[in-house]
Amino acid sequence: MASEDATGGVNIDTMHQFMVRPLFGEGAVHWYTPTNVTLWMGIAVVCTVLLLVMGTRGRAIVPSRIQSVAELAYGFVYKMVEDVSGRDGLKYFPYIMSLFIFIVFANFLGLIPGAFTTTSHLAVTATMALAVFIGVTVLGFVKHGASFLSLFWITAAPLALRPILAVIEVISYFVRPVSHSIRLMGNMMAGHAVMKVFAGFAGVLGVGAVFPVVAIGAIYALEFLVAFIQAYVFAILTCVYLRDALHPHH
Amino acid sequence: MEGDIVQMGAYIGAGLACTGMGGASVGIGHVVGNYISGALRNPSAAASQTATMFIGIAFAEALGIFSFLVALLLMFAV
Repeated sequence: MASEDATGGVNIDTMHQFMVRPLFGEGAVHWYTPTNVTLWMGIAVVCTVLLLVMGTRGRAIVPSRIQSVAELAYGFVYKMVEDVSGRDGLKYFPYIMSLFIFIVFANFLGLIPGAFTTTSHLAVTATMALAVFIGVTVLGFVKHGASFLSLFWITAAPLALRPILAVIEVISYFVRPVSHSIRLMGNMMAGHAVMKVFAGFAGVLGVGAVFPVVAIGAIYALEFLVAFIQAYVFAILTCVYLRDALHPHH
Repeated sequence: MEGDIVQMGAYIGAGLACTGMGGASVGIGHVVGNYISGALRNPSAAASQTATMFIGIAFAEALGIFSFLVALLLMFAV
């Protein structure tokens, strides 16, 4: 985001926008300090509550605009869980809906100029990814006991290949939270840093600044798309992991 | 002096690690391109397969993310 510290130099600090600062005063950030991350996560939660509570309050047969948006979001996620996880995955629909709506709002609020993108921090995305990973693993063992481990023993493959495949499957299972969290964080951080870099170009080019400004407009549109797609991908991967936990037998 | 060479190696390695993202971009292009060509042949089946396409994209992208991770580790952890 082009912010007040864009002083026209090329040595513009692209990472400055991701600094975690205390909301009140200066000083060290402890785990209990209210920071700008706290503020923008809180705004995301408030927006979620406003959309879904205000949207479903009227329960009109001909929905108002906000009710249509809430119904659209609900139906979209419901169909995704049903398609990917199967009907018995619908029991876990509220969790996936919460994740999806929260990430959508966190991403979109981060696009407001001057705002803070909470999902550009690995601490935020890794918490959500680890919650999914641990929850899904516990669910698999609770539902299937030790036979959940057959997820790693692919009976469709020839017997000689199975031990090798089992090693690969175990590795790919344990890097899931890594790729799950870094995908969201990397996409958010990189997109916002690119916009800041182009803002730096606009500062030094003088009259030619019109080109980077047009480019920022295009990148902003792309980021709008990416913000939604990454929330969708996060939710759909959660559904895939859930399906593996519910049906571990290939 | 020795520390400087180590740091230089880390930075060069971080830059080289980013070439792995090129592989991820080829993979994603392949997935989406094949999806489009299939969707144009049979548009009625396309809508039901968008979720599969996004899962494919996510899996192809994961390997690019690992190269990004290696670059981050070299920049900040080594």
